[in-house]
Amino acid sequence: MKSERHTAVICDHELAPRPGHEWRTALAVMAAVGALMCSGLANAAGQVRATGDLALVIERAQGTVQVVETTGNSAVARIEGLGDLSHASAVFSRDGRYAYVFGRDGGLTKVDLLEAEVEGRVIQSGNSIGGAISQDGSLVAVANYEPGGVKVFDAQTLELVADIPAEYAPGIRSKVIGLVDAPGNRFVFSLWDAGEIWLADFSDPAKPAITKFGNVGTKPYDALITGDGRYYIAGLFGEDGLALLDLWRPEAGVRRILPGYGRGEEPMPVYKMPHLEGWAVAGQRAFLPAIGRHEVLVVDMNTWEEVGRIPVHGQPVFVMARPDGRQVWVNFAFPNNDTVQVIDAESLTLSTTLQPGKGVLHMEFEPRGEEVWISVRDKDELHVYDTASYAHRVTLPAQKPSGIFMSARASRIGL
Amino acid sequence: MRRWSMLSSLLLVAATSTALAQPGPEREAELRHLLVQDCGSCHGLTLAGGLGPPLRPADLAAKPAEVLVHTILEGRPGTAMPPWRPFVNPQEAAWLVDQLKRGEAIP
Repeated sequence: MKSERHTAVICDHELAPRPGHEWRTALAVMAAVGALMCSGLANAAGQVRATGDLALVIERAQGTVQVVETTGNSAVARIEGLGDLSHASAVFSRDGRYAYVFGRDGGLTKVDLLEAEVEGRVIQSGNSIGGAISQDGSLVAVANYEPGGVKVFDAQTLELVADIPAEYAPGIRSKVIGLVDAPGNRFVFSLWDAGEIWLADFSDPAKPAITKFGNVGTKPYDALITGDGRYYIAGLFGEDGLALLDLWRPEAGVRRILPGYGRGEEPMPVYKMPHLEGWAVAGQRAFLPAIGRHEVLVVDMNTWEEVGRIPVHGQPVFVMARPDGRQVWVNFAFPNNDTVQVIDAESLTLSTTLQPGKGVLHMEFEPRGEEVWISVRDKDELHVYDTASYAHRVTLPAQKPSGIFMSARASRIGL
Repeated sequence: MRRWSMLSSLLLVAATSTALAQPGPEREAELRHLLVQDCGSCHGLTLAGGLGPPLRPADLAAKPAEVLVHTILEGRPGTAMPPWRPFVNPQEAAWLVDQLKRGEAIP
């Protein structure tokens, strides 16, 4: 199967936006086009298919998503009608069948990966940034800029379950960022304007309990949770440092880590906010983007002290560890967004520099890490690289692609 | 100091905006791309706002063009708005502001 990928030709006209139940018809057409595209797919006879090797790709400019598969590395379908996806992300239902796509326009869209159609959609705010799905899969939470707060929905029906305004002073609401799920059916998020972290416990969805942590630092811009669900870390835009909350001991409060990592130097301008989604951990070391510096910071997770910093090509946006932790891949903000660098996690040195093209917006590893998918916005392409040899395996067409979300996220905390 | 540099760049814009030609068609396309994709990272692809404020004509109506040109070129210290002077010159910034104010920039 894999050998076919070099010759795979994607028939883009097959991917013309098409809503609804034409999935099987399309499959029949695709089967006729040739096995080279359709290897690994269910056939027109209705053979069953699983979602474990499917991924969703955001096409930010036209409000569509593509479903792709990673066994043969090919396009499967395009789904339209998802609204403004200029900053979009997705989480998956616990069975991996549905994706919940969070759009910039406040749209929350439930997408059926197998039927390749929109299952449900609500406009839940004026302007949102991302979301999370609860540990038990029953709740989907959305972080909103306008009006600032978090809304929580029933994952099956998309009915509103709870509304948490991020009101940090009388009548004043903050933009919310860095929303993640945590063990115990909890959600954790940060308030950009207020410099606060809130912990919302939904173990009883009818009566969510909110714990607020103030003075965590200036302008938290994004956050992540470790893969074990223990540590929540918010990056700070307004100062050098990060805020750390130990969810095993929330009563101990939020502490600052890596304070003053800029060493008093004037930070460089930041032309795109870094993302802390995902968690680059190799052994006991974590890799984090510095703000306003062309550096990746390395922190020892036992002591939370800096143990190194790696000079890189530009302002890091995503710093992502290959699932085995041996490599860390980094992409960069404008004007250096044509480049991807790979760091050897053991020696903390650069292994290689790749230039996929202008507008590298996201990278996503296949679940076991043998290949990585990269979206190259300005070329309207998805690139697949072999992570051992760095060989460029496949190019697939996509309209202004941004986020790539593998369905394996369904079973991971914080994704 | 800040006041002085703002004044000088205003004078610069005033002195040069009429004297210099508009960006050529190729550069205009690049600037449009920059506006939608890179400004759009924070202000939204449809400029309806995100981490940064919305930039639709109604949002900008009360703001003098010179102030907006200055914001593009120099950024806004203390906020997430960076200075774009390394990538756009004052005439190009003025052209961008004109596009924004006329709603031409919204895809």
